[in-house]
Amino acid sequence: MSLSHFDHYAPATLEEVFSLLQSKGPGARVMAGGTDLLLKIRHGALKPKYIIGLKNIRGLKTISFDASAGLTIGATALLAEVARHPDIVKHYPTIAQAARGTANPQIRNMGTVIGNLCNASPAADNAPTLLAMDAQIRIRGPEGERVLPLDQFFKGPGVTALVPLEIVTAVHVPAPPPNTGTAYLSLSARGKMDCTAVGVATMVTMTGKTCAGVRLFVGACGPVPLRAPKAEDILRGQELTEEVVEKAGTQASAESRPISDMRASGDYRTEMVAVLTRRVLREAHHRALAC
Amino acid sequence: MKQVITLNVNGAPYAVAVYPSQTLNEVLREELNLTGVKLGCGSGDCGACTVLVDGLAVSSCLSLAVDMEGKAITTVEGLAPSGEVLHPIQESFIEKGAIQCGFCTAGMEMSAFHLLKYNPSPTEAEIKEAISGNLCRCTGYVKIIEAIADAGHKMANTGGETS
Repeated sequence: MSLSHFDHYAPATLEEVFSLLQSKGPGARVMAGGTDLLLKIRHGALKPKYIIGLKNIRGLKTISFDASAGLTIGATALLAEVARHPDIVKHYPTIAQAARGTANPQIRNMGTVIGNLCNASPAADNAPTLLAMDAQIRIRGPEGERVLPLDQFFKGPGVTALVPLEIVTAVHVPAPPPNTGTAYLSLSARGKMDCTAVGVATMVTMTGKTCAGVRLFVGACGPVPLRAPKAEDILRGQELTEEVVEKAGTQASAESRPISDMRASGDYRTEMVAVLTRRVLREAHHRALAC
Repeated sequence: MKQVITLNVNGAPYAVAVYPSQTLNEVLREELNLTGVKLGCGSGDCGACTVLVDGLAVSSCLSLAVDMEGKAITTVEGLAPSGEVLHPIQESFIEKGAIQCGFCTAGMEMSAFHLLKYNPSPTEAEIKEAISGNLCRCTGYVKIIEAIADAGHKMANTGGETS
């Protein structure tokens, strides 16, 4: 059960990370919590020659919140820390819920939200909610920083918009507009221990009785978490009656393109996208009206 | 190449030469002979390898030993440091019949220890959540949940943890 051999570095600054990445070349991998990376090494899917740990880099673990600027989650902030952070629980309850619903307690004490995003699994539990909340990803390379909307970050299973020498330093979530509610629901064969078979997240903003804004994302039903723009069109500018919500669910289902695999059949996923879409819309709508 | 690191395990320092690719689980079991820590799935799913690192329950099979310098590691051996007087969690596991084949026990007890440290009177739901990352292949979960609740009572009555 041993891991293939690699050298390990634990630099204290980002500059050192970049110079290591530069000098070591493609055989080097950066590691935050390691729960995905070491697993891939264990299974022989990856054989890096060098691992560059990010845990010793000061400031990368920070979670910061400001009522107008929003929320920033640093690259090495643990899933468990995000799940119980008082500001996140209060102002971004769905982000806390998604972190709490990832894997098991041990993994949440080791793994990170950013690592979950960078692993770029189509089923990543933390992706749909952050996408629905219009998060931006902060990327640093030797040349400086660039900021990318999260919905441009995922390029395929295990593939992100990062180019060589770049790492993600944080994810930023804007402060939600007034009268906004969010919700995320997921299903898997054996509760949260299993990879999510289908998940849907939404953010709904109301003006009076009208849905003024909506973002709807479906996880584990395509090569990347998918947006359902036509379902959003059905909702925007409308009262969220049962009829409208019903129609949006059917449309979201039509917009997903799930495969059949060991976790669920494509047919089941297609059905469940409609069901979960309706449920998250009702829940987010309810929360938007309550705030 | 091996490097020498100092691991603080159950309150004692150990200087040990490790490969950067060695997991904490391998080093605890094979270098320090702390075989109370088990290796189950090796993938972070089963919890048999659970230890506490700086007070947090983690999977030692997915932790690198070289990452553990300067951190306080507690294994199941650390629950009963004298080797004679058992921890209330261990007593309750015996009294309630929460041990069948025993393979999951060390991991279960470490998850229970983690829970009861922060929450001495957990609800049944909180106990289930706390051991949701620990699989019992004998499926003896009911007794394990009873044992953890019982240990919580004992620890509350004796004024908290004993080690």
